[in-house]
Amino acid sequence: MEAVVVDNVSKTFRIATDPSDSLKERILRFRRTNYEEFAALRPLDLTIDQGETVGVLGHNGSGKSTLLKCIAGILTPTAGEVRVRGRLASLLELGAGFHHDLTGRENVYMNASFYGMSRRDVDAVFDDIVGFAELAQFIDEPVKHYSSGMYVRLGFAVAVNLDPDVLLVDEVLAVGDEVFQAKCISRIKQFQDEGRTIIFVTHDVETVRQICQRAIVLDHGQMVIDAHPSKSIRVFREYLHAHSPIDDPSSITESPVLFTDVRVRHANERSRRHLLPGESFTVEIDLHAAAPVERPVLAIEVGDPNGTPIFRVDTEDLGTPLRHLDGDHTVHIHVRNVELLDGEYPLNLTLSDRATGRVFDWREGSHQFEVANPTRATGLVALDVSVESDVEVKVDVDVDVEAAPRSPTE
Amino acid sequence: MSKRRTVLEHVRELASFRELLVNLTRKELTVRYQHSTLGFLWSMLQPVFLLVVYTAVFAILGAGFGKFSIWVLCGLLMWTFISTTLLTATTSITDNATLVGKVKFPRAVLPLASVAGALVHLGLQSIAFAGVLIVSRHSVDWAYMPLVPLAALTAALVVAGLAVIVAPMNVYARDTGHLLDLVVLGWFWATPILYQFERAATTLENNGLSRWLQMANPFTPVVITLQRAIYGSPTSIGDKRLVLLPDESVGWYAMWLVAISAIAVLVLAGALRFFDRAETNMAEAL
Repeated sequence: MEAVVVDNVSKTFRIATDPSDSLKERILRFRRTNYEEFAALRPLDLTIDQGETVGVLGHNGSGKSTLLKCIAGILTPTAGEVRVRGRLASLLELGAGFHHDLTGRENVYMNASFYGMSRRDVDAVFDDIVGFAELAQFIDEPVKHYSSGMYVRLGFAVAVNLDPDVLLVDEVLAVGDEVFQAKCISRIKQFQDEGRTIIFVTHDVETVRQICQRAIVLDHGQMVIDAHPSKSIRVFREYLHAHSPIDDPSSITESPVLFTDVRVRHANERSRRHLLPGESFTVEIDLHAAAPVERPVLAIEVGDPNGTPIFRVDTEDLGTPLRHLDGDHTVHIHVRNVELLDGEYPLNLTLSDRATGRVFDWREGSHQFEVANPTRATGLVALDVSVESDVEVKVDVDVDVEAAPRSPTE
Repeated sequence: MSKRRTVLEHVRELASFRELLVNLTRKELTVRYQHSTLGFLWSMLQPVFLLVVYTAVFAILGAGFGKFSIWVLCGLLMWTFISTTLLTATTSITDNATLVGKVKFPRAVLPLASVAGALVHLGLQSIAFAGVLIVSRHSVDWAYMPLVPLAALTAALVVAGLAVIVAPMNVYARDTGHLLDLVVLGWFWATPILYQFERAATTLENNGLSRWLQMANPFTPVVITLQRAIYGSPTSIGDKRLVLLPDESVGWYAMWLVAISAIAVLVLAGALRFFDRAETNMAEAL
């Protein structure tokens, strides 16, 4: 059964080239305002069956929020029609519909009434909402004192507890902490089991891979692909990361070369998982080229434990180009003398076309290396530091150590 | 383009969102009184204070007639309701721009919540006014008192229609509010609140015009009904016997209110139709 039908929907925004909202201007020019038209959505068809979870991928300005707002009924399509079966709940922005001066409790009732729910309906699920949001302690506080995480928890808790048939989620979950995100994902999975329909807009391809049965990619207001997430994600990556708009969706082809296996290895891996500062490791990459590929670029990026990139280099930069790939190959990337301190450092690997920038394959954060630091230094980089001075050096005796002397056997 | 719905469908949808109307109204009142110690008592203090001021000022000026301050308050409290509704309704959508852009709900609830909020306010002020009347041992005309709620309903219907028109207007032309300030001011002086109906009627007749021209202002029947009932007499109380109001029956006053209400309902229906059209592009115009 169809839950959401987007029937040939397009949306054109008119942007006044001489913006003025005043009555005087309006009367003087009376409908002669100069507009520039901007097509946010080109005619688009999308049918989502009941119980499906569909991911919507696209970079900023691709029209994904416009599509979601048209489905939610906030925007009226310029042409075409949207049909939704059943109750629709949407989470389009952090704390949208919350009033700062009202308490969490008042906002729950307020928010629910935006969906046409009565006080009695909300009373029945109020405890579930508060419990899910983990805000029992703060529910009678004005929400202006809430953190952004608390906002999103309450917003999500209200939306999922209103018994919607269709749930629209736009990015907002990224704000919550990891524990809450995991909870949201598991709740979304429960939703799926209950046969509800979910439309999920995000940049985060891993979430799409994890929870969606289908994903569409939008680019410049057009639907580029509507397929299984793994295929859509690849298209999203391949084409959109090349920063070139997709003019002809039929030009999308299978990637000629893919990673078949990636391993991170080091000399002492038999005795311990981690590296010590200053040790080396190797990334072994197995590639399979279904067709001959000339000189692709293999890039490696290292992130800090928070995922912020701290290093990037590729085979061209290093002067060791991969001249010609055909069939199976193994590439070793040696990273020597890793003078880093404690943490798990994620690795990103990208294989792309040298000329067009098209991404053939990539691994993002799926592999990492770990460093355990035996010294007491803290931070990110293991610098070689010693101290010299004309002050007499006296080694401090640690009080704790004196109070509890180590056993002589140690 | 999707089919345009009928007014009846619009009303039905609004009716299913009455809980939202209640919550928005409550929000408006909560937020208004949140940081004040006396809270809604401020609303109630206003008529008491006005009564004292008018009594003092007109005693000093020697203007007006007997119990002039009570006369003035009959119309002034109603006018406060009318003007606050119109002015808050104007910005009701633009002030909630983020809401309109992010959440779907029938937008007409916003101006209607302004009407409801002001109505609660009027209720509180009426209680205070009643208290003042009891304390000052003023006797109302009980025969006309049943018309008071009908007059309030009439005013609310007229104002609701106007609120539903001005709110979307302000979305597309932001200086509607400034224009409305002037309109409200002019309208105030066109309504017999600080002067008496019969005085204006005489002036009109001296200029060869009909005295009933005043009734073209829908708030005139509302205000003169309140004056007739609460001030309690068609002529001034005290030494100078001034004719203030048409000396007509309860039925006559009721007839006017019913007629105005009927027109107001039609205007409201038209306003909802206009609103429906304006609602289409509202989210992006904000």
